[in-house]
Amino acid sequence: MILYILRRLLAAVPTLLAVLTLVFVIVRIVPGDPAIAILGDRATPDAVAALRTKLGLDQPLWAQYATFLGHSLTGDFGHSMVTGRPILSDVGAVLPHTIDLTLASLLVGSVIGIPVGIWAALHRNRAIDYAARLLSLIGLSFPVFVSGIFVLLVFALHWRLFPVIGNARLDDPLDRLDKLVLPAATLGLVMAAYITRVTRSAMLAVLGEDYIRTARAKGVPWRRVVWRHGLRNAAMPVVTVVGLYIGILIGNSVLTEIVFNRPGLGKIIVGALNQRDYTMLQGLMVIYCFLIVVVNLITDLTYGLIDPRVKQ
Amino acid sequence: MSGDVATSPAGAAAASPATLPPRARRGVLGATLRFIRQHPATAAGFFLCALVVFAAVFAPWLAPFDPNDQHIIDRLAPPGGDYVFGTDSYGRDVLSRILYGARISLLVAVSSIAAAIAVGGTIGMVSAYVGGRFDLFVMQCMDVLLSFPSLILGLIVVALLGPDLGNLVFAIALTAIAPFARIARAPVLTLKERAFIEAGRALGFSHVRILFVHVLPNILSEVLVMGSLWMATAVRTEASLSFIGLGVKPPTATWGGMMREGFENILDAPWLSVWPGLAILVLVLGLNMVGDGLRDATDPRMRGES
Repeated sequence: MILYILRRLLAAVPTLLAVLTLVFVIVRIVPGDPAIAILGDRATPDAVAALRTKLGLDQPLWAQYATFLGHSLTGDFGHSMVTGRPILSDVGAVLPHTIDLTLASLLVGSVIGIPVGIWAALHRNRAIDYAARLLSLIGLSFPVFVSGIFVLLVFALHWRLFPVIGNARLDDPLDRLDKLVLPAATLGLVMAAYITRVTRSAMLAVLGEDYIRTARAKGVPWRRVVWRHGLRNAAMPVVTVVGLYIGILIGNSVLTEIVFNRPGLGKIIVGALNQRDYTMLQGLMVIYCFLIVVVNLITDLTYGLIDPRVKQ
Repeated sequence: MSGDVATSPAGAAAASPATLPPRARRGVLGATLRFIRQHPATAAGFFLCALVVFAAVFAPWLAPFDPNDQHIIDRLAPPGGDYVFGTDSYGRDVLSRILYGARISLLVAVSSIAAAIAVGGTIGMVSAYVGGRFDLFVMQCMDVLLSFPSLILGLIVVALLGPDLGNLVFAIALTAIAPFARIARAPVLTLKERAFIEAGRALGFSHVRILFVHVLPNILSEVLVMGSLWMATAVRTEASLSFIGLGVKPPTATWGGMMREGFENILDAPWLSVWPGLAILVLVLGLNMVGDGLRDATDPRMRGES
């Protein structure tokens, strides 16, 4: 297992380097001079030159790239152009909120999606299957800000069951949970729709296999066939999808944070975009990519746990 | 050939169901009813999409008011009376804006996915056809593009280039290029080993001719089916970017932009968020249903499996 983990870790290095290169290119292909964009059209040439030196933009491109790579890999993401604070401390302050939301949505999605997907597969082409398929299709079709606003209108404004403002105190677990319910339900239901579809089709594929028929022919109870032989083999595609979906989840958290007025990475990124805070944007893109690479790594490692053949 | 048929009297008759002989008319109607009975979800999807396309095409005739006309006295009027869906904070008719908003959603979705298919499809096809290290390099580049959350990538590209229609289409297309490269690549890997491609090479056909005349038709249906599913994603992304304030500039009516304006008035006028939200849902649901149906039709193994 240790060898497998090391191999996976090594495989993540080129991806990470390539992603960092792409971030560097994206920020540099923007038309216009970032220094003028920050200072405005009426800035004096001296001020523009001074800012260019401060940002390192007067260096040759390869030197800028080398500095950027060195800083990113050592966790130094620089300072915000607008506030002057270190980017890592700004991100660190809100990261627990984003992690709360991502994990809670993952939990809601899996707790609903996996059993419903199995149930639908076991009752293929019956009413419950059609209902599960239709509901999951509707769930997938809701842009998350639309479902978020609908949830807010019904549960926070009409029935007043949950708070509208989502800025939770991190030191108060109850407050944290109270303000997590609606955003996590909004994101989690979309995820549940996704997981339901994948679990259902994975289970259907597995239940058609010869070894399932053999197990049944040998007289193994149906419940045991489903849990021991079916579900275990259907788990791989489900884990793949959950892993892939976390990327979408992180993206969608931007919208959820806006709708529920929650602090988080998404809100920082929108603020940086509005203020054209280039260093913050660059830092956030790197952090997002680090998160995605880590999630992909965890997904790969989970494969190893589920299916011993992967480790070979 | 089809041109000959259409211009001949017989062809003209064949083209119009109203002039068909009774038996043939029964045939068209019967086939439609049979399709609805056999594929109710796909038929419902086609109906929802047709509804939105109809609204977009005939918006000038269907809309009761100009979408940008401000009726200040009637601002934030609730649904009913002259304003079926109510008015917004500038007194603009919400129904008219929703009808016109369909144009932007469809325009962005169709053009961005067409661009993604053209660029991504070509990359995937060429990559698989050339093979070897080139294929490995190209696919690793595509994996890097895939590792960005698509909404974040779209958000940053539009914000850096400036929010307008062209940049919006470019950003959404960019997020969809890598998936289409992967979709186009997979079948070409097996196709290029087939005898008819080898025959093409032996006859001295150019690689461009082999790729675009002989390989392309064989993968087109698969790519187009995924295109309809990705159009649903494009509509969602466009609406999301407009909601964040990075869509087509106001006062042009877009569904995401209307949601944003509605969200700012959510306490006084909740209907402002509900109608455009439902409009987005109708189009995305319709496209997803059609996409699912087409995928099932082209891949019999998938029937009833998703």
